[in-house]
Formats: sequence, structure tokens, C-alpha cells
Amino acid sequence: MHIVICIKQVPDSAQIRVHPVTNTIMRQGVPTIINPYDLFALEEALRLRDSHGGEVTVLTMGPPMAEDALRKALTYGADRAVLLTDRHFAGSDTLATSFALSQAVAKIGETFGAPDIVFTGKQTIDGDTAQVGPGIAKRLDLLQLTYVAKIVSIDLDASQITVERRSEGGTQTLMSRLPCLITMLEGTNEIRRGSLGDALRAARSQIVTWSAADAGIEDLTKCGLRGSPTVVKRVFAPTARAERAEQIDTSEKTPRDLADELIAGIFSRQPALEDELAFVGDD
Amino acid sequence: MDTKRETPPPAAGRAGMKKELPEQFKDYRHVWVFIELERGQVHPVSFELLGEGRKLADKLGVELAGVVLGPPGEATWHAIAEAFAYGADLAYIVAAPLLEDYRNEPFTKAMTDLVVTYKPEILLLGATTLGRDLAGSVATTLLTGLTADSTELDVDTDGSLAATRPTFGGSLLCTIYTLNCRPQMATVRPRVMTMPQRMDKPIGRVIHHEVPMIEEEIVTKALGFLSDGQSSNANLAYADVVVAGGLGLGAAENLKLVKNLARAIGAEYGCSRPLVQKGWMPADRQIGQTGKTIRPKLYIAAGISGAIQHRVGVGGADLIVAINTDPNAPIFDFAHLGVVTDAIRFLPSLTEVFTHRLSPHSRDKLAN
Repeated sequence: MHIVICIKQVPDSAQIRVHPVTNTIMRQGVPTIINPYDLFALEEALRLRDSHGGEVTVLTMGPPMAEDALRKALTYGADRAVLLTDRHFAGSDTLATSFALSQAVAKIGETFGAPDIVFTGKQTIDGDTAQVGPGIAKRLDLLQLTYVAKIVSIDLDASQITVERRSEGGTQTLMSRLPCLITMLEGTNEIRRGSLGDALRAARSQIVTWSAADAGIEDLTKCGLRGSPTVVKRVFAPTARAERAEQIDTSEKTPRDLADELIAGIFSRQPALEDELAFVGDD
Repeated sequence: MDTKRETPPPAAGRAGMKKELPEQFKDYRHVWVFIELERGQVHPVSFELLGEGRKLADKLGVELAGVVLGPPGEATWHAIAEAFAYGADLAYIVAAPLLEDYRNEPFTKAMTDLVVTYKPEILLLGATTLGRDLAGSVATTLLTGLTADSTELDVDTDGSLAATRPTFGGSLLCTIYTLNCRPQMATVRPRVMTMPQRMDKPIGRVIHHEVPMIEEEIVTKALGFLSDGQSSNANLAYADVVVAGGLGLGAAENLKLVKNLARAIGAEYGCSRPLVQKGWMPADRQIGQTGKTIRPKLYIAAGISGAIQHRVGVGGADLIVAINTDPNAPIFDFAHLGVVTDAIRFLPSLTEVFTHRLSPHSRDKLAN
């Protein structure tokens, strides 16, 4: 089977700093990683390939430096990497991003064989929208299976797939058809340590690099800023609350004394709580 | 996978030169809220959105509609009545047996068909697993803008929807507009908006809409559903009292201090994002912008520094208590009560004193 997985190179968000005066993101020196949510999808793709045979193609859209993320994915054992990079993609919102990626997936299908499954992560840690996966599915007219916790079975001959999907308050079991797009839930597996062979191969591998034209994109008005119906009108820092927390003086107090004082403070501000907490405690 | 977040246009750039709305969108009017009905229950986020939708509709001088997709039957009719009780002027309903279980195909078809037929200018959905699955498909089908996880919704002077959300991992907020497309779509997480007062208003207009769909044409089949049950983390978002731990707890095993305190006072427990990333707690216990938003009466944050990503998830709590060794931790900027101390040492004492104070025995003594 042929599996395509879309990944994104993201800044390691824990290390993002905001300039205190200008409120701009200080990007210099911020390390980049593969979006952590994507690794669950990548591992799932690799497992399916290992059990059913076939190939895993990793795709990303981004600046030339996003090649690092693709090479990293190759070290985990992916077979092929495609970088979609073009200035025309700059400023893409989720709709424009899903357009570009879906065109690239279609081109990958033409060039290397039609995919049976397209994977994405649940969402990214920088955009956090969870919209690009469904967007790609809709544009390619693929069946959409989001928040998948487990792939129960795949029958390649019958083009059938059964998955367990996270839904509100429970787990839904769905049977659907290939080809489909799956967004993988986090915590569902653990990314493997790539083999030494994979690491060597990753270092030598030629990354397939496509411009918009290479990917067969003719209508550039659907790309980048021009293809994005949403615009960011204002970026600003949240306003601080007028007053800071009332601090409980900790000097020369035992933890018990402190606890007494804190609890008194809680109940003096929220007197009704004492009865409510007690009621729960009596259960 | 959203490169806009990486390179936002300058504030006075493209947004400033707003083009006129294309002709085909000029008759898009009114505010819609998707009423999320699953297994006979309306998700409370739908009512929270009706409260918010009401404000937007009033500012625009238009009507507020609830959209109900479900099987014909009591639960679906009840969902319509509830939509009226929470402020909707009218309800659009697609009732079909194949809308019994949520599946992307028929729900996307029904919703897009409604939008194309009745043309709303704003469409709001809950940022639940269902709402996000549906919203992404609908927005892409309609080729319109969708703002995920908005924390604030407003109407601009020219009538545009201004949807504000945290960005860059929660370090900043940004306000997003959908310029030349309709409807303007946004999702909002449960508990981000306040629950409006339920009114005794069972009457509104109901518009039944037929969407030609037959089960044989729907590829995906729902084979079963396993409920998490009552004891689950599903209660976290709606809990009255919540205790959460952060990196200040130092080690995964110290999370039991948080759980012990939660048990002693009948609270739900959760954690900040880094703990999920470290694998110390499952993701559905995460509190913050990308986890659960909570609005408890009492929130106790132990060893949590209080990044914006966390702050937006807990800002609606009535009383926030912060325990942290660092007196300059940002959490003290929005907590009401603070204790600068080591949570690992302090939590056992807090649990003990709480337990003692809340035990029926000591309460009886106090009463006498």
C-alpha cells in the first residue's frame, strides 16, 4: 500500500519568546521540530507499511529549511520525502494550505502511485486549528476519519478500513472505505527509534523538492495570502488583570499554618464553597 | 499546518484594504449556531454559543437561528425547544434517520445544503471532536474562512465578525477576519463562553429542510459506541472544583499529591500542557487553550507557571489559587490568591487540613 503523511515543521513552542515591547515573535535561534502530533501519524503509517507492505511518503509544505523535518522523518523509516516550497505559499491560512497540500498529494499519486491512506496529525502545536486534515480530505474527496485512536483492521482487497475514533464522551467505531484521510490522535503509539540503516539512508536521500508549478498548481490565486479568506487583523498581548494575586505571607510558617490560612482565605472569598465541598466529601 | 501563524501579515496590510463583498454574498444574513446533538443529548457548548450568538445578532440587528441535525424523534424536537429556551429566534432542522450517529459525510452534506439555501452571514460551532470534524469539511466545501478555538467574538463597525484567538502557542492573541467570503465561520471551545440564562420561551419558528440522502450512498458506517461513563474526564470541563499540577511538581509520581487533594475536596484534577507532552498525564486531562477550558468555582493550580495558553483555559474560574515557588511566575498576575512555596511540600498539608476541616466530625464540633 502507499501511504502519504503530511507533517509540519514547527518552532519548539516551549521556547518561543515574545518581544516585551514590540509584541513580535523572537524567532532567532528557536529550534524547530516535527510537529509532535504528526509523529503519532507517522508511526501509524510506518506500522501499516511494515504489516501490509508498500511505501510511506512524507510530505511537508514550508520554507527550504523544512527539509530538516523531512530528513528526520526519513531517519524514522519513511521511504520518500517531498518538500513543497514556493514563495507563493507565504501567508497561507488553513484553506490555502489544504489546497496546496492536496495538489501535492495528487501529484504524489500521479508520480509514485495513488495513496490508500493520507495521514495527518490531529493538529499542530503552533496553529492548533485541526482544520488542514479535514480540508485536504474534502479537496481530494477522500473519506475523512478524524481523532482516530486505533486502526482496528484494514482489508486491502475489499478497500475496507475499520477504526476507533475519539468522540465526545466515548469511542466511536467506524467502518469506511479506502482511500481515506486519517487524523491520528495523540498518545496512540510511540515513534520508533530509526535503524542505523535508516539514518544513513536519510542522510544520503534526495529530497523531492517541488515548486507550485512542479506540483501542478496552475491557479496561484488559491495559494498564499491571495488564497486565504481569513486575515489576521491585529496581534496583541493579553492585558494583565488590574491587580495581582493577594499573596499569603509565608515567612516562618509551617505548611500546616499556611494551609490553614489559605483555606480561610478561600472560604472568606467564597463562603458557599465550604458547604458544597463538605457535601461532596460526605458522598 | 497553518503557515499563516508563522507569517501574519502586518496589521495595517491586507486587512486594511478591505475589498467590497462579492455580489453573491451580499444577501447572506443572520447568525447561526450549530446545535450539537449526539446520542440524544445536546452538548452544553451549543447553549454557550447561543448566548454569544444572541449578542452578535442583536448588534447586527438580525435573527439568531439554531441548526439541528438529527434523527426524527423526541430528542431532536427537544433540542429545538432548548435552542429557543437559550435565545434562538428560529431553528433549521434536517431530520433524517441517517443522522442518528455522527458521521462526516451526511452531516457535512446537510449543513452545507442549509447554508447554501438559507445563507447565514455567521456560523458558529463548538470546538468539540464533532464540531471540529464538521467545521473543517463545511468551510472547505464552501471555500470560506474558519477561525478555530475563538476566545472572543465581536462585530466590527462594518458588520464583520472579529474572532480573537490565542496564537503562537498561546503567547499572543490575534483577531481574525473573514474578508470576502460567507459565512464567516468560527469554532469555540466548551466553557470559553458563559452559559446564558435559560428562558421560558418554548416558541420559535421551525424550518424543516429536506436533504436528499439515502443510507446506501453513505460509505462510512457507525458500528458501535463505547461510552466513557460518568467517572470519566468528561466531567473536567464542567466541574465546580478543579485541582491541577504543572512542571513545578518535578516528577510524574508527585501527581498523586494533586489527585489526593482533588479526592479530599471532591474535585476533578488536570494538568498544564507540558505534563501531557512529557507523558505524565493523558491529553484529555490537559487544561488550557489546546486542552479543556474550565469555569469552576474554585481552581487550585500547583506548580503551574501560568503561560497564556493555560490562562485562557482557566480565566473564567471564580476563584483561582496559585501555588508556585517563583514569586514572578505569570500565574500570580491572574490568580486571586497566591502562596509562594513548594507545591510538593505544601500539597500534603493542604490536603490534610482540608480533610480535617471538611470532615463531618469536625463540622459537628464547630456547629456545637
